[in-house]
Formats: sequence, C-alpha cells, structure tokens
Amino acid sequence: MIFEFDLLVLIFLLPAAIIALQLKNLVGASMVFGIYSFLMCLLWAEMGAVDVAFTEAAVGAGVSAVYMIATVYQTSKRSSD
Amino acid sequence: MEEFIQSKFNYWIYVLLMMLGLWGMIAKNNMIKKLIGMSIFQTAIILFYVSVAVKTEESNIPILAHHGKEYSPKYADKLNKKYAEKHKGEGYGKDSGKSDSEDSSHEHGKKDASSEKVAKYPKTPIVDHYSNPLPHVLMLTAIVVGVATLGLALSITQKIYRHYGTLEEDELLKKVRAEDNG
Amino acid sequence: MKLLSGIVCGFVGLLLLYGVSDPDDFPAWGDPNSPASTSPISEYFIQNTMKDSEVPNMVTSVLADYRGWDTMFETVVVFVAGIAIFAVIRSFDVDVGAVKKPKVREADLVLKHTVRLLIPVIQIFSLYVLGHGHGSPGGGFQGGVILGASFILVALVWDIETALKRFSEKQAIFCAGIGIFIYAGFGFLSIFFGAEFLNYGVLEPILPGIHSSAKARYIGMLIVEIGVMCTVASVLYLIYALLATRGRMQGGL
Repeated sequence: MIFEFDLLVLIFLLPAAIIALQLKNLVGASMVFGIYSFLMCLLWAEMGAVDVAFTEAAVGAGVSAVYMIATVYQTSKRSSD
Repeated sequence: MEEFIQSKFNYWIYVLLMMLGLWGMIAKNNMIKKLIGMSIFQTAIILFYVSVAVKTEESNIPILAHHGKEYSPKYADKLNKKYAEKHKGEGYGKDSGKSDSEDSSHEHGKKDASSEKVAKYPKTPIVDHYSNPLPHVLMLTAIVVGVATLGLALSITQKIYRHYGTLEEDELLKKVRAEDNG
Repeated sequence: MKLLSGIVCGFVGLLLLYGVSDPDDFPAWGDPNSPASTSPISEYFIQNTMKDSEVPNMVTSVLADYRGWDTMFETVVVFVAGIAIFAVIRSFDVDVGAVKKPKVREADLVLKHTVRLLIPVIQIFSLYVLGHGHGSPGGGFQGGVILGASFILVALVWDIETALKRFSEKQAIFCAGIGIFIYAGFGFLSIFFGAEFLNYGVLEPILPGIHSSAKARYIGMLIVEIGVMCTVASVLYLIYALLATRGRMQGGL
C-alpha cells in the first residue's frame, strides 16, 4: 500500500500495454506482454494479494507467453498493423 | 484536492488500461493483437478487484502469523498455562472479563497496557489487520479460466490460418465473402 | 474503423471515469469503511478460519472449504478447455507437405546440462508449494502450473517427441480425468456419513489419526488440492503439446 511504489509501477505499466499492442513483430509483442504480466504480478504482491501474484507469475509469464510464441511460430510472424 | 487525487488516482489508471484493452480488441486487424488486447482487459479487471480488497496502510497479507497458533482452540489451554506462569503474581485472571473478543475485533490495532496483562487465548483475529480474502479467491479462479480460454482462442487462430492463409481481419472477410458467393 | 472505435472507447472511458471519481458514492482507495471491507462474510471468514478448519491461510480455506463447489467447477472448466482444444486442432493425417520438415538438431550443450539439473528441483518445489498451501501462499493451482511448466521445459529444450515419450497424450488425458475424479469422489464420500456433498468435517472416523472435525477438514482440503493439481498440470502440458505442433504431435517448436 505504498503510494509512491504503486505510482512508479503504474507509470511503467501503461507504456508496456501500448507497446504490446503497437509492435509489428509478433514475437516481440508476446514478450512485451510477458513484461506486462510481470509488472501486474509485482503490483498485486505489493497490495497484499500474495496468492494472486503467485498464480499470475506462474501462469501469465510462464505459460501464457509460451502459448502465444508457440502459436506465432506456427502462423505468420509479422502483422500488418 | 491533493487528497482527492491521491485517493482516486489508481482507479483512473485502471479505467485507462481497460479501455486500452477494449480498443485493442475492436480496432486491431491482426488476430493475435486482438487476443493480446483481450488479455490486457482481463488483467486490468483483476487489478481493479484486488485494489478493492485493500484496507488501510497497515493491512497485511491474509495469512495468520505463526501458523495461527494464538487463534486456534487446539492450543488454547497450553498457551493460557504458559502465559499464566510467565505473569505469575501480576493479577492475571482478575479482570479476565474485560477483553472480550467482540471488543477487540474491530479495533484498529489499539494496544492498551491493560489488555496485555489479561490476554486470553484463543484470541479472535482483528479484522482490520488483514486484507479482504474474498476478492482474492474470485480472482484466482478468473486467472486460471482466463488462461484456458486463451489456449482455446489460440488453437482456433491456428485453424483459421491453416484454412485461409492469413490472419488479418480485412483479408479474411474478403476471402470468406468470396467463398460464400462462389 | 480505428477512429470510430477510438471514439466509442473514449466515450465509455469518460463515463467510467465520471462514475469512479464521484466523491460521495464511490469509496476512496484503501478506505476501511467501504462496503467491501466491512462486509459480514469477510468478517466471518477472517475470524473463523482457525476455529473451523485449523488452516491459517484464509484464501486457501475459502477456496477449498467454504467455496469448494466453485473450485470443483473451475477444475471442470480447465478440463473441458483441454478437451475442446484437443477436438479443434488434433489431426491424424500424415504430413502432406504443408509443414516444413524441421532439421534434426541436437539439444544445446549449456541448456541440456543446466535443465537436467533444474527439472527435478522444479518438480519437488511444485510439491512443496502444494503441501504448504495451508500456511503460506500456494495451493493446488500454483503447484499444478509449476509442474506443468516443468513438462513444457522438457519439450522446449529437447523436442516434443522426447517429452511425449515420457508423458504421452493418453496418459495426460487420463491424469486430467483422475484429478476431477479425486475431487468429486472425495466430496461424495461424505454423503455416506449422512452430511451434505463436500462437507469434510464428518469424515473423521475413516481418516487415521484424526481426532477432531477441524483437522478432518484440514486433511480434506489437502486431498482435493491434489486432485486440482493433477488436472491443471496435465491439461496445461497437453495444451502446449497441441499448440506447438499444430495438432500433429511431431516436429514443431
């Protein structure tokens, strides 16, 4: 519940979300999505939700990003916008 | 004004993140970008719920300390005996009716000197010292169901690519209409 | 299209911002008198978790004991998602030439030897997280995801055939079903003792060495979390094997 820490992480979170949506290279977009997941996990751990942060660290950054990269490798790796 | 910004600032950022995810789902052409937008939307909603569960500056994680020994009826006799031996001759047991469990359950961590002497086990956990556990439980379910849904959406994307050869929405619409007509 | 959707999202965003910034109705962040913080249900959970079930982690006790019905159906949802992905993508035809033949490669030297040392440690850690879900953050879901991730690691460093040789898809589907069977079956046992479904407190006559109904609930929670872990680990591994090989279970990433 430290206000300044929350502010700092939120300032990093918004550009990460924007960049994940704007990158044309899809592998890079999946990785920035993993960064976004990790920052969320940090924020929830600081707010006192340790179980939720544990699950998000394992699922969001470990499993979700791997699924996206596996799919991107089997389909096209660039997007037009 | 300062207080107003400090108390509501986080909610504004959460609304911004939600709208970013929603815009990504509608406006982007590529299927994978749409799925990234959906995941951003889901995690922003989970953030909103978790921030509702926060209580005050002092609230801690929702796990009782020391394996909850002080609050369990199983160890109550042992702990009471140990406490009586440690504070022998200090008038323990005289005012044992003062610190009721209803009294201390809503206090904000106030510690008078008198309640130290007449502590009685098992105590009741002070509600204000722990974060609300109910939204955490709901959000655990939400995260796991979200990853299962993401896996299903990605497999359907692969099937679409196999069939039509492209993942862009406008080209897909053209090919589907050509298939329907021809 | 982008401009139109941007306008619509902006409009909805402004409405939400207006609703959130209301100083009277919407409570401030971290307010101890907000309706969510003073709800009687949360008070009951915080005050009675030790008395009813001897479990100090409130989130685990709510998840597996007070709201065990929801958790059972969540496990079923994960299982059904795995089966659905299997139904959508699995194809049994031989390579028709649409898939590029992957060149035969040996696993990288550094990765091979590092991961060989790491994977047993990761699996033991997942069992630790499962068992200590009562006193520290953890539980069935977290342990299951870590275990599934260790299988995915084998498939990433070597290839998918090596991973499938050790844990084939038939065994994975079987383990996913066994997890739900453990959960629902254990809840069903308490019907024979005269109580409702998923009421673990009445099972103390059959559990060896347990002398109070609170401890029976403690053990009951542990067993249903084992069921959850089985299902989650095998379904996550199965989804990866299907996604990375486009349904053919050979070649791939």
